[in-house]
Amino acid sequence: MDGNKKAFYFLFIPVALWLFILIILPHIDLFLSSFKPNSGEDVYTLENYSAFFADPIYWRTFINTASYAIGVTLLAFVVSFPIAFYLVKVISPKVSGFLMLLLLIPLWIGELVTIYGWVILLGEQGVINESLKFLGLIDHSLPLIYNNLSMTIGLLYMSMLFMIIPIMTTMESLDDAMIEAASDLGASKWTVFRRIVIPHAMPGIINGSIIVFMLVIGDYVAPNILGGKSSLWFTEQIYNQFLSTFNWNQGAAFGFLLLIISSATIWMALRLSGQKLDKVGD
Amino acid sequence: MDHILELRGISKYFGDFVASKDVNMLVEEGEFISVLGPSGCGKTTLLRMIAGFMEESEGDILIKGKSMKGVSPEKRPVNIVFQSLALFPMMNVYENVVFGLKRKKIGKEEARELALDMLHRVGLDGFEKKKISELSGGQKQRVAIARSLVMKPSILLLDEPLSALDRKLREHMKVELKELQKEIGTTFIYITHDQSEALVMSDRVAVMNKGLIEQLDTPHNLYNHPKTAFVAGFVGDNNRFEVASREGEKVVTKRGWKVTKPDLDFDPTVMYIRPEAFIVNPEGEVADSEIFEAEINTVLFDGANTKILVKPEGRDEILIALPQNARFQALKEGDTVRVAVAYDNIKCYKE
Repeated sequence: MDGNKKAFYFLFIPVALWLFILIILPHIDLFLSSFKPNSGEDVYTLENYSAFFADPIYWRTFINTASYAIGVTLLAFVVSFPIAFYLVKVISPKVSGFLMLLLLIPLWIGELVTIYGWVILLGEQGVINESLKFLGLIDHSLPLIYNNLSMTIGLLYMSMLFMIIPIMTTMESLDDAMIEAASDLGASKWTVFRRIVIPHAMPGIINGSIIVFMLVIGDYVAPNILGGKSSLWFTEQIYNQFLSTFNWNQGAAFGFLLLIISSATIWMALRLSGQKLDKVGD
Repeated sequence: MDHILELRGISKYFGDFVASKDVNMLVEEGEFISVLGPSGCGKTTLLRMIAGFMEESEGDILIKGKSMKGVSPEKRPVNIVFQSLALFPMMNVYENVVFGLKRKKIGKEEARELALDMLHRVGLDGFEKKKISELSGGQKQRVAIARSLVMKPSILLLDEPLSALDRKLREHMKVELKELQKEIGTTFIYITHDQSEALVMSDRVAVMNKGLIEQLDTPHNLYNHPKTAFVAGFVGDNNRFEVASREGEKVVTKRGWKVTKPDLDFDPTVMYIRPEAFIVNPEGEVADSEIFEAEINTVLFDGANTKILVKPEGRDEILIALPQNARFQALKEGDTVRVAVAYDNIKCYKE
């Protein structure tokens, strides 16, 4: 065995063990248990999966979750694209480095803390309501929190960075002269964006969209803390199955449904937009 | 008649840095003008101001007699061929060329005709569907030029477009560009630091140094009658001698060479003599010339460009070009030669 091979195994074995013991094995176990009835009988059945389609509360929650995830992804793109463009192409690298740091800080303190930060801001006795009252603009607190809007804000806030960074990466390789050439040839600013900047940043946009969609559809904290009664999230259904009704088999089935349907959604989105998965990240 | 381009006292400052200073230029329709200068002389800044990507601090740019103050790049009747070419890699050759026409709201059929005609002119028939990444360096060059020319600009600005090519291709493209310009008749303003590109292609060349235009002249005059020491040193090979003083009709270099230069009305600080201005072993009498003898130090053989280095005792080293003549082929190191140089070819300047 030569040195190269040794190094290969040295690096490969921990990865393989990690993947197998901590990811593949539990998934296999969950996958198998998703086909078992809650009664504990040792038979395989599809009843956990059919329950999803049988009870409207489950699939409606799922459709609600998926639509919001798509909406938040689009919103994240709309918000992040100008930010990424500004950071890479408009301001000096020094300033953009500093602003990048500011963007990263919420990530360091964890999702739970930042979401509670939004509770403090949006709450009935929160910063915004109290300030407005102090200024005499309102008499009673506005219903800013525990609804779909506050939940969307929270989801957007915690996932935006994962859209900004991939777009920034692709944007960095865009030659400034290309933007100038387009406007030299008579293109308006809008055309430059539509025909040059966005097509160039497409791999980053797709990449960011996949990450954001997955993060949002699988998020638990923001919908749970910032969402209202009507904003039931599918992850909460899974949580309930595991920890409220102790129906682990049902929870496992829901988990796999989430995985399968969200993967299928991404696959369909890629097909519809004519992108290829192997091109993403180029 | 209005000039196609007029620069009136253009200056550009970046803080304390002067990128261009009081640049004046009149360009005739159909001219091929080069702006030649070392890197950092302000030539690219000048081009970007003409294109509208930068605003001049002082002065005015007039295209066809119209002031371009406050006119944005997409509205100016000029187009640029960028140094990096800046072709759009997400589009094919045809889409690149037709990009500008679409913005002009020209009908689809007409735009297609114009684009295909331009591709034909630059010799890229049948390349419409090719991706940019499939093209060679020279082909990319032509797409970039076609993409700009198809817009029928009043002026085409070219920012060192040949610098990325290898030497052979560059030589070839030089000739091709000049012929294309003659055929199409568009005014070209060509930015370069390569004097051979400038001299070969241009009708007139503006030599720029530290933001100033030192001389705007035909290549012939630039070479034979440089107005400033910088032009004499920058354009073509030249022998430079530091001058210490003037004694009547004689100019004395710092190394102590006394050269006759009649009719000087100032005290020069430098003197330039072209390598080919020296006549080696002249036959018979030579009038109005400085004549001296020297031993050959080195023979620099370079085919048709063979030169010799002579260093008269205790004096400046001189580079002399040898004519392609059988008479001089036998010259070797250590030989003594008689050298003459006409007074007219001795150029003195005060720096």
